[in-house]
Amino acid sequence: MTVSFDQLKQDFPILDQIVNDEPLVYLDNAATTQKPLAVLQAIETYYHTSNANVHRGVHTLGERATSQYEGSRTVVKDFINANETAEVLFTRGTTTSLNWVAKSFGELVIEPGDEILISYMEHHSNIIPWQQLAKKKQAKLVYIELTDQGQLDMDDAKQKITDKTKIVSISHVSNVLGVVNPIKQLADWIHEKNGYLVVDGAQAVPHMPVDVQALNADFYAFSGHKMLGPTGIGVLYGKRALLEQMEPVEFGGEMIDFVEEQDSTWKELPWKFEAGTPNIAGAIGLAAAMHYLNTIGMETIVQHERELVEYVMPKLEAIEGLTLFGPEDLRFRTGVISFNIDGVHPHDVATAMDMEGVAVRAGHHCAQPLMTYLNQAATARASFYLYNTKADADKFVEAILATKEFFLNGFN
Amino acid sequence: MALTKLDQLYRAVILEHSQTPRRRGTLDESTTQIELRNPTCGDVIQVQLNIEDDIVKDVRFDGSGCTISMASASMMTDAIIGKPIEEALHLSESFSQVVQGNEAADQTALGDAMMLSGVSKFPARIKCATLSWKALEKALTNQGTGVDGQMRHEDITE
Repeated sequence: MTVSFDQLKQDFPILDQIVNDEPLVYLDNAATTQKPLAVLQAIETYYHTSNANVHRGVHTLGERATSQYEGSRTVVKDFINANETAEVLFTRGTTTSLNWVAKSFGELVIEPGDEILISYMEHHSNIIPWQQLAKKKQAKLVYIELTDQGQLDMDDAKQKITDKTKIVSISHVSNVLGVVNPIKQLADWIHEKNGYLVVDGAQAVPHMPVDVQALNADFYAFSGHKMLGPTGIGVLYGKRALLEQMEPVEFGGEMIDFVEEQDSTWKELPWKFEAGTPNIAGAIGLAAAMHYLNTIGMETIVQHERELVEYVMPKLEAIEGLTLFGPEDLRFRTGVISFNIDGVHPHDVATAMDMEGVAVRAGHHCAQPLMTYLNQAATARASFYLYNTKADADKFVEAILATKEFFLNGFN
Repeated sequence: MALTKLDQLYRAVILEHSQTPRRRGTLDESTTQIELRNPTCGDVIQVQLNIEDDIVKDVRFDGSGCTISMASASMMTDAIIGKPIEEALHLSESFSQVVQGNEAADQTALGDAMMLSGVSKFPARIKCATLSWKALEKALTNQGTGVDGQMRHEDITE
């Protein structure tokens, strides 16, 4: 279908507002995305018509809630092309998903002296769970170096994937550099060594088609709120054979088979991992977001974001004193653009741009080792999504120029 | 253009302090020193003090951060040098009130630091302004360490 991206904004009422006397240009999509009416309505309709607890009510509403919740799982399964719904666990978000893998699967397979391989571009949520595991198990946390283009140094990766490497855990797309990593290649290499690949897909699933089977990832984690869904819902995909070996991380209602005085048994996959009343409305909202994205088409979204990046990058490169991070070759990146204006701290940049109505993030982006690696205290970051337009990109460039002018020339 | 509103936050005197800060560097001798970080943004500041007879004889700061945090540190050193500890702590409390948009008793004694009152309209930036003052408070209330000891590192929590 042909999508009119200029009209898409009408589906997102929040974008139609004035901040600081300027029309809002929302470019903080790597942090969280706005929600279309379809998602808001799905959640509202659920609470208006079907709210009940799942997997226990005999009554009609209980049945309805259960079938909508489990129906959402099927939508997720199809969206990432998992083999079966048993491999789709609902979590709180990517952070929870990765913590579960480290805590349960990591606990199972990591022995003293083993190595866990990550990279310098990881988000804290794909560093700290492994750090903790490594400390507990006397294992070693090893980092893949980056090239001067901000991509994974694949020679270094190949060298560091050894017989000692049990787990490789890598972001599919960097939340700072916007770089897309060659996941399939890493999967092949670690599987040759009988290790496992964990993927942090938080910045990938919202922006490109993801097929977990084609990638041959053993685990794949992502969040709902970065892909038009509500906060508090996320997904952990895992291969059935691995999930079956794992112990639940949390215990309680909903996940048990039989409970006796001294021992208990667990439900089947995926429910053995989902203790307590789940985020039912969240799962329904996430499914609605996936429907919305499917209607537009993930390939179309890739195309749209690439057009925006190809449009804006030359304009940014032409600005003197602007440092851009990440690959120059636009084929290897998404709509995440980290930058610094020489001589102006990114926080001052973000405040100034906010006065122009342009919402960007500034800081370390939960990636302090990467900041150290790049030798930056912080960066500013703009991140585009499907509802952004070339007009937004123009406003972004104008705001950078005005900010630079204000700080570097305004008072000299 | 909406950037004219930025003047509330970035007055000329603030940019001037940020570009040519007072007492930025290190003391050869100090009686107390501390490093304070703001973990949410990565800003970091070191404050060194030389206290004699309960009076701030000398002060230096160093670190990295935005215009607001660096200017504020510079202004803070202007405000507290030569002052008794008790008065410096009072000033810190006054400054904290001012950047939250409240009145404070000894506003004039804050000097240039009063120029940061505009920060109150930018809630996300209040912590930038108070980082150096929080470091000062911690150093003055014996939470710092002498120069012979390791610099004490701490994260700002509130």
